[in-house]
Amino acid sequence: MRGSSGVLPPGTGVVRAGGLSVRVHWPEAALGALLGALAVFMALVSLAAGDFAMGPEEVVGAFTGHGSVMATHVIVEMRLPRALTGLGVGAALALSGALLQRLAGNPLVSPDIVGINAGATSGAVLAIVVFGGTALSIAASALGGAVATALLLYLLAYRRGVSGQRLVLVGIALTAMLGAATSYLLTRAELTTAQRAMLWITGSLANREWAHAVTVGAALAVLMPVALALGRSLSLLQLGEDTATALGGRVQPARAALLLTATALAAMATAVAGPVAFVALVAPQITRRILRERSAGLWPAAACGGLLVVCADLIARTAFGGSELPVGVVTGIMGAPYLLYLLARGSRVGRSG
Amino acid sequence: MAHHVAERPASPGPAVPGGRTRPRAGGTGLLSGPGARGTGLAAAVAVLVALALASVLIGYQTLSAADVYAAYAAFTGSDTDLVVRHLRVPRTLAGLAVGAALGVSGVLVQGVTRNPLGDPGILGINAGAALAAVVAISVLGVSTLLGYVGFAFLGAAVAACAVYAVGSLGPDGAGPVRLALAGAAITALLGSLTSAIVLRDRASLDEYRFWIVGSLAGADTSALLQALPFLGAGLLLAAALARPLNAVALGDELARSLGTRLWLVRGASALAVVLLAGAATAAAGPIGFVGVAVPHIARALVGPDYRWVLPWSAVLAPALLLAADIVGRVVVRPEELQVGIVTAFVGAPFFILLVRRRRTAGL
Repeated sequence: MRGSSGVLPPGTGVVRAGGLSVRVHWPEAALGALLGALAVFMALVSLAAGDFAMGPEEVVGAFTGHGSVMATHVIVEMRLPRALTGLGVGAALALSGALLQRLAGNPLVSPDIVGINAGATSGAVLAIVVFGGTALSIAASALGGAVATALLLYLLAYRRGVSGQRLVLVGIALTAMLGAATSYLLTRAELTTAQRAMLWITGSLANREWAHAVTVGAALAVLMPVALALGRSLSLLQLGEDTATALGGRVQPARAALLLTATALAAMATAVAGPVAFVALVAPQITRRILRERSAGLWPAAACGGLLVVCADLIARTAFGGSELPVGVVTGIMGAPYLLYLLARGSRVGRSG
Repeated sequence: MAHHVAERPASPGPAVPGGRTRPRAGGTGLLSGPGARGTGLAAAVAVLVALALASVLIGYQTLSAADVYAAYAAFTGSDTDLVVRHLRVPRTLAGLAVGAALGVSGVLVQGVTRNPLGDPGILGINAGAALAAVVAISVLGVSTLLGYVGFAFLGAAVAACAVYAVGSLGPDGAGPVRLALAGAAITALLGSLTSAIVLRDRASLDEYRFWIVGSLAGADTSALLQALPFLGAGLLLAAALARPLNAVALGDELARSLGTRLWLVRGASALAVVLLAGAATAAAGPIGFVGVAVPHIARALVGPDYRWVLPWSAVLAPALLLAADIVGRVVVRPEELQVGIVTAFVGAPFFILLVRRRRTAGL
């Protein structure tokens, strides 16, 4: 069912079922499915791998109820929620990055660079240090910090329109300020609390339980359809503010809704696992490059994010002998060189776009 | 470039060399003429001295000038004498030295990269120094200050070189935004490594969390004396660079045709920045935004001539740092806000203001 209309870009078709019709970009759908399958496969691998290594039959046994009590407990109560949390966090961060990058037309406008993650972090550390850090207070505080930062960012970067470059630079300043606030909170805490907060700041999936998986899953279930529905206005916004307005798009509400959705996604991911570095920046760029497109599709980016986090966590958990590293250290060490590579390639990075 | 930036760049292309400050009439600052600049500098020094005095007197325990005099002239070992000799005076001296180092290194970074947003912190130097210091403490077991300072220097130097190298790899050279972003990337990378280390070692986390905020409170005289030669060398080198930097400001080609050896100026500036920022960071932890803000204030006052901007920055930066430190001691009494927190909360809005004032193309 390939599209025959000359208006649609190459590779795009329309799927009709009854009264509904959905536009489908086939390469994007294929890549999304492939990356999604890979992510699920790596998640299954991570169920088997670890200090207590298990074979495939034991993993299957745990799900079908034929495994030993011990193996079932390790897989269903410990590794499965962790893997699902990783998938969800990666998908949410990548989706947030893809939305923001397309919104600003600049690959660097991702929640970790422009300060949204830093806002969520400050909020969450505040909750840990001052309010004792129950899961609910951390999530609420992270969400509050992220939304406040996003608002501030938008207001401060707005000057006859928002340029991607100004967003990045204002974001760097906000990140520095929020970082100072976070550091201050760390000096005010008991050492044990500071240690807990520091682990959280680095981004970690250690000891994640079903509550975490459910939180991030629920956030995705609500926000992902919103993001996909807003995707249409996204391509309109990319034409430029004036053109979009002329074509009848309601630019400001669409943009505000997108920004809010992206912020909420990043905030919920950060609330669950901490600011896992660079996933939001890198995942959409990888899919963009594979598809050789100007902008990344949302589905493939989300799948790629999940894949990255699950792989990074597998490395963090198993590659360093008996002790495990926080997943954020691994993504930071893998992601920063990629950002440097983007800069060195000079591909539109650091320009207004 | 189908993109929704509403404003249109005045001229496409790379950063405008002279575009650091919006040029006032004739490119001079508020104070024109050597007389006004000299008198102004003397006044600024007077303000600095007053702030230094205030920094000795104001704090949890407010002292009088007589107390300070007595602590040195008639030392009795009383609490007041000890506070003066071991807390307030070293702290004030550290503020003077660290401030001058940060201000001057900011001028050098901005001058040699022609980058209005240049700052040792933004260019990854602090993160390099932090990682090296943490490695020294936690992995190698270094505990003497000289060891730390050496490692901090090494880390600062490596990070600065890496940021500059990556920033200048792209097709159109080391643009300001490119450098700032390379700095952000390197900072994130080094930060990941730093947290990997401190998370494994409770003791170094405890040191690290108090160091990373940037504070003058821990300064002691002997540590300061050890850092002093490095700071002195950096300041002397900076003084020698004033004239060449004026040439560099004209653009590479013009500077070359005026007989400036660019590689020498860049190398010497980098060395001076590493000496100054490395020593400052080793002594007080990373303190942001002083290095970016002060050169702008100095240029607004005396114009773009580095022979004036450098000494003015060397006076204004410690004044700013001491003022921030005093504010930090007063606002949350009886607790203290570390000076790095105060400068971040004053400096970041200033940085945002700079970003907003510039046209996109000029960056």
